[in-house]
Amino acid sequence: MTEKEWPLWEVFIRSKQGLNHKHVGSLRAADEEMAIDNARDVYTRRSEGISIWVVQSTNVFASSPTDADAFFEPANDKVYRHPTFYDVPDGIEHM
Amino acid sequence: MSKALFEYVLRLGDDSLILGQRLSEWCGHGPILEEDIATTNIALDLIGQATTLLEYAAHLEGKKRSADELAFLRIDREYKNLLLVEQENGDFGKTIMRQFLFDAYRKLLFEKLLSSSDEHLAAIAEKSLKETKYHLKHSSEWVIRLGDGTEESHERVQDSLNELWRYTGELFFEDEVDTELKGSGVIPDVSDIQDKWNELVMNVLAEATLTIPNDNWQFDGGRVGKHSEHLGYLLSVMQYMQRAYPNMEW
Repeated sequence: MTEKEWPLWEVFIRSKQGLNHKHVGSLRAADEEMAIDNARDVYTRRSEGISIWVVQSTNVFASSPTDADAFFEPANDKVYRHPTFYDVPDGIEHM
Repeated sequence: MSKALFEYVLRLGDDSLILGQRLSEWCGHGPILEEDIATTNIALDLIGQATTLLEYAAHLEGKKRSADELAFLRIDREYKNLLLVEQENGDFGKTIMRQFLFDAYRKLLFEKLLSSSDEHLAAIAEKSLKETKYHLKHSSEWVIRLGDGTEESHERVQDSLNELWRYTGELFFEDEVDTELKGSGVIPDVSDIQDKWNELVMNVLAEATLTIPNDNWQFDGGRVGKHSEHLGYLLSVMQYMQRAYPNMEW
């Protein structure tokens, strides 16, 4: 037996037409074709999706938690960037 | 006609039932979580196909025997599945090879059955074909990766091919049941499927760097109820509940 482990893949599923692919989890697979097959079996067996993307986890470059303050804090006191200063007319749903 | 059709549908139903039972033995034992789920998904697809086929067989027989009775209360000689599907799981490579050889046959058969003169059988084929296409994709991709993988995986899956090849002749078994149904356009000509099966299997095995064994000895008997020693053990597990607690439901 070889001890080498298969690479990790991040799985993205589009649940229906018009929506974005959303990250649902990760899994291990030998290559991209098998990763798609595995994702189909692990993440769409209850009709969760119509399209699958897989990305090898090593290709994901993430923001660092230690930078979080510098990255995200400055936006917190800039409420004028949110579209909250409008009156929504009566009869508009789903806002 | 309906007697031959009953026999034919029973054969297809038993293939699905016995292979589904075999594959379900992997539940909780798969080599990795992803494959554990894949294998048991396929097992469930096959049990679903068995249900539809055996329900139709029960209807054709017209003796008020239910699909459940057909599945759980026959003795080994009354099962008409291929010898291939009752063979033991062995290692993962052997399970995959058995699945590949069967899936290739099943997919080609269902494609032909789409144009069966028997509408019910054509409808079952249409529904099952979608599942079977995925089964074949899954098993052939694995055969390629195991065959063209490491030295050990190549050796193991080649051994499995050598062992299972002798059960592939039976895929194209024909007797008076087939002759009668062929005449009325219910089932396709088996030689048509055989040529395509050879082509499909050769292509995948070539990509997997595997070689077909020279030994041409072939077994048959499953289609007329003469099975290998493995079926009895499988049935004793599968039938235990109904035998021990007759008519139990859950």
